[in-house]
Amino acid sequence: MNKFTLLHGLVAPLDRANVDTDAIIPKQFLKSIKRSGFGPNLFDEWRYLDHGEPGRDNSRRPLNPDFVLNQPRYQGAQILLARENFGCGSSREHAPWALEDYGFRAIIATSFADIFFNNCFKNGLLPIRLAAEQVDELFKAVAANVGYRLAIDLEQQTISAPNGKVYEFEVEAFRKHCLLNGWDDIGLTLQHVDEIKAYEEKHRAAQPWLFA
Amino acid sequence: MKAQTLYDKLWNAHVVRQEADGTALIYIDRHLVHEVTSPQAFEGLKLAGRKLWRSASILAVADHNVPTTGRAQGIADPVSRLQVETLDSNCAEFGVNEFKMSDVRQGIVHVIGPEQGATLPGMTVVCGDSHTSTHGAFAALAFGIGTSEVEHVMATQCLLMKKSKAMQVVVEGALHKGVTAKDIALAVIGKIGTAGGTGYSIEFAGSAIRGLSMEGRMTVCNMAIEAGARAGMIAADYITINYLKGRPFAPQGELWDKAVAYWHTLHSDEGAQFDQMVKLDAAQIKPQVTWGTSPEMVVAVDGCVPDPLMMSDAVQREGAQRALQYMGLAANTPIVEIKIDKVFIGSCTNARIEDMRAAAAIAKGKHVAANVKLAMVVPGSGLVKKQAEGEGLDKIFIAAGFEWRDPGCSMCLAMNDDRLSPGERCASTSNRNFEGRQGQGGRTHLVSPEMAAAAAIAGHFVDVSKL
Repeated sequence: MNKFTLLHGLVAPLDRANVDTDAIIPKQFLKSIKRSGFGPNLFDEWRYLDHGEPGRDNSRRPLNPDFVLNQPRYQGAQILLARENFGCGSSREHAPWALEDYGFRAIIATSFADIFFNNCFKNGLLPIRLAAEQVDELFKAVAANVGYRLAIDLEQQTISAPNGKVYEFEVEAFRKHCLLNGWDDIGLTLQHVDEIKAYEEKHRAAQPWLFA
Repeated sequence: MKAQTLYDKLWNAHVVRQEADGTALIYIDRHLVHEVTSPQAFEGLKLAGRKLWRSASILAVADHNVPTTGRAQGIADPVSRLQVETLDSNCAEFGVNEFKMSDVRQGIVHVIGPEQGATLPGMTVVCGDSHTSTHGAFAALAFGIGTSEVEHVMATQCLLMKKSKAMQVVVEGALHKGVTAKDIALAVIGKIGTAGGTGYSIEFAGSAIRGLSMEGRMTVCNMAIEAGARAGMIAADYITINYLKGRPFAPQGELWDKAVAYWHTLHSDEGAQFDQMVKLDAAQIKPQVTWGTSPEMVVAVDGCVPDPLMMSDAVQREGAQRALQYMGLAANTPIVEIKIDKVFIGSCTNARIEDMRAAAAIAKGKHVAANVKLAMVVPGSGLVKKQAEGEGLDKIFIAAGFEWRDPGCSMCLAMNDDRLSPGERCASTSNRNFEGRQGQGGRTHLVSPEMAAAAAIAGHFVDVSKL
């Protein structure tokens, strides 16, 4: 997994609530058996004017000029600004894979759906919750300033705006630690093999039908 | 000892170890696997040279991509076919029990787990699928996970997670005729919103919940995720235990008796504290119909499409305006005046035998309206299909002009060929009305099986409680 320490990135605003993972990456792209290559189909139904299918050359498809990520000023964005309940619906990890493959490294929103939030951390993508007023303030700042960038410091748990304002954010200590180091969860868990085996024996004795 | 919630009991019974910040390693008893969210996990294991921790804990089935007609010819779409073949070859290579497409036990993963008795009270149940909350109906701790976590469970039998908060949703009283578990689920979502359960596990309780069959309880827990909660659950009782007795994966003999004794403890203790409580009066719930592009955009069938201009919150107002534009609906339209083009009866929410029976009872002796282009019934598993056919339900549906299909996820998410065309409006018993969910540009209205069948017959929504 990619480490996440410091990020000074361009911000793109996606001003709608309840953005679901079907919108982030539509179902036809879930037929892939690979973990990469989803970026060109991120927000496919909003981003293009035609219908997308796996295997098509996306560079030849007509872009929807009204979709915010297609605006020239947001090209190269690494921070996505969103509203409440971002990533709701399906558990598909293809959603963070698509966001990451497109180039996003962090998402700032009022709130996130639980499974999506969790999936982000497995892919070096930092989801940050801020208060609704702070998110509102950032939406206004992005709209008013072309090339608006924010500096995210995971170690310090801060977001610094160009006007000098600093927003503090919460992140669970364990997740932060893993992200800062780019650690693989499975490798970490396998350090506790003996404890898992001991638990398993105890569990088997208590509920033998689970192992029948 | 302090009074515990059902969630406390399930959680505490599965903690292997805990980090200083509360992050725990939780042991997983049952791992359900399907073709869409597992290939990258199997690949990850292979690349790292890792083995399955306990292959017997896994039950695999292909459900999302499978065709619902002409199955003998295989899967026409080469991309879908490769994904299903990849599941087959991974299961063969790793020694995983898989119900193949030709197996009568094949079906939607959340239908077959309980049907086989592979979901048992007291278990932790995971699947790379958000509707895993369904299995909580058995007093299990069941929740959806991403593919990285699928791989993590495969390799370690555990998951790293923090305990969530606990919410109790109490539904007391008697449901009116024509009001179902689906209407309870939609009414709860309408009340608390699609983010209302974020960060919580929801326990559904109260006399209206206890009065539901296991199938109804599964419908309610299935949609906990649509209220934002990763897990939904219901206490075990005699209905739970009677449902499980004699199922292929359920314990037998002495082990059954021992298990039942334990299962009877799986309820929240008197006086257990919840972080949040929500109460609904069952008698106030009417048949529900969604009007927008989020399950919280829902009203009673005797209501009207709401007027965004009456909404005070700007984000909510813009969301509603965008939804009405997408749905091709005008504010203040009575729900019963909305005409439909297609009907889908199926999905992990509503494709069990009782759903089939309820829809057939409405369709019997009638015919699908002329303006309805397609009305399809997709049973949740091969065994549900067989049972329905044994009861003659297939003949009722076919005589009424419905199509009777083979089991799978089908048009709930349209990964196979079953989908809406742009602009088509569907009465659907599935769980999500998101933009494009049932096909790009398709317009979904979530309803119960009774409401979907009645809409198919009338060509527009009707109040089944008045039939």
